[in-house]
Amino acid sequence: MSRRFVRLGETDRPPLTLHVDGRPVEALVGDTLMVALLAHGRTLRQSEFGPEARAGFCLMGACQDCWVWTETGDRLRACSTLAASGQRIVTSQPEASWPTHA
Amino acid sequence: MADPRIIIVGAGPAGVRAAEACVQAGLSPTIIDEGRRDGGQIYRRQPDHFTRPYQKLYGTEAGRAQAVHQAFDAIRDRIDYRPETLVWNIADGHIWTAKATAQEALPFDVLILCTGATDRLMPVKGWNFAGAYSLGGAQVALKSQAVSIGHRVVFMGSGPLLYLVASQYVEAGADVAAVLDTSPFTARVKALPDLLAMPSVLWNGIRLTQALKRAGVAVHHGVTPVEIVGDPHDGVGGLRFRDRGGTERRIACDAVAMGHHLRPEAQLADLARCAFAFDPLTRQWLPERDGDGRASVAGIYLAGDGAKILGARSAEASGRLAALAALADLGLTSDTGEMDRLRGDVATYARFARGLARAFPWPAQQVATLPDEAILCRCEGVTAGDLRAVMRETGAQEANRAKAFSRVGMGRCQGRYCGLAAAELIAAEAGIPIEQVGRLRGQAPVKPLTIAIGDDA
Repeated sequence: MSRRFVRLGETDRPPLTLHVDGRPVEALVGDTLMVALLAHGRTLRQSEFGPEARAGFCLMGACQDCWVWTETGDRLRACSTLAASGQRIVTSQPEASWPTHA
Repeated sequence: MADPRIIIVGAGPAGVRAAEACVQAGLSPTIIDEGRRDGGQIYRRQPDHFTRPYQKLYGTEAGRAQAVHQAFDAIRDRIDYRPETLVWNIADGHIWTAKATAQEALPFDVLILCTGATDRLMPVKGWNFAGAYSLGGAQVALKSQAVSIGHRVVFMGSGPLLYLVASQYVEAGADVAAVLDTSPFTARVKALPDLLAMPSVLWNGIRLTQALKRAGVAVHHGVTPVEIVGDPHDGVGGLRFRDRGGTERRIACDAVAMGHHLRPEAQLADLARCAFAFDPLTRQWLPERDGDGRASVAGIYLAGDGAKILGARSAEASGRLAALAALADLGLTSDTGEMDRLRGDVATYARFARGLARAFPWPAQQVATLPDEAILCRCEGVTAGDLRAVMRETGAQEANRAKAFSRVGMGRCQGRYCGLAAAELIAAEAGIPIEQVGRLRGQAPVKPLTIAIGDDA
């Protein structure tokens, strides 16, 4: 199984294409970034404090486990940001800056 | 006061009804909400291009959801509505907001906090794996995005949301592997007198359980979670639990929706310096308020689940009641007859909520058996053993002191998902009552801000 989320309906929406880590990803208008990414893949990002990959947790903007970044370095909460055509998303923090855990 | 500045935080059922009462009194309140649209979590509106009807989205609550949405639409042009905006601090009679990179400080005369709730979580070994989600999160995935959190989902925890979301998943065509309830069935029987405060809601709950069983979903009561089994790269692969007879069982799944009812988002009340009191039934610290929603600080009012978990119907009533109380305190006319009726409604909802808390108790005892290697803080990967070691080394038995030494509660969720369990762990380890551990103090910013904040302010 290569994808985590399973679409259960509402698939008649217009399609859009964004780029994730340089690769094109097909999504639907109205998808959050989280759904766009997890309808194709298993995870969103790597935990900075452990060996495991993460895929979000609360989906309501409270846990901050679903951070992704734009190629220009802006941090986005994947659960509360809508996917948009032409977005260029990266799943690891540009110039990772956790000095005490480098 | 000629033109009182009324700010309402939150556009869920409590916030919308509070705003409506202000508009009816001829005022124009500001309503600030983190969501993209109004409705809050419970009555969350789906994005454009989604077409599911109310009945499909909200089930038995479709009428209420629609009524709250219509109430908001009707006042939309008469309020200062600020969506996708975070209130991140309260100080010196101002709230501090952030929207994208713009920030602002707004003065207020009246502040009505309708900040809602998040899931209450009891950690289980492996809950840090990708594919473990909060129950509320699992519901948001379905309601707002029409997706299931996995190909085969186990629902684990306790509370009304457990059965509601599981049955919504079944209804939507998802594969639900099992519903595992940590509360024993006998607790529900004992809670019946209080639950009968709202017979129709109780009946809805019973019907949900029946529908799950009819759909062939295994429903277990009185379980003890053991471990979410998984792989660091691929995430959740299964779940181990002990049934009520003590037999260990294993279920294959790629997703777990977990939670034990809810907890209030009370950080803003804390930053506004409202007094808190310990609630022994839910084992949570709650902001104090009088029967109408007045907090201990003049000008601050509290309503909805952000003050105490009493449910969406109570949120509507308490939101309106808090606004009417504020209007009365401002010397503007208010309807004491209506306030009496709302107080009666809130009392009924409170009795039902007490029944729910007794029927689906927070499994505090589980934390004592949480293995040392289990992650307690998901944000920073701090284990139960790490916190126990900090307690042994430093003698810390107070929540904020233990946080300072262990970093439990210091991560990016600010203790929302680990704080209550960490307090239980400290209490169990030290052999002291939970209220003696205290509570994590709210800190500004209540959620992480972008580093670019202020760039275009």
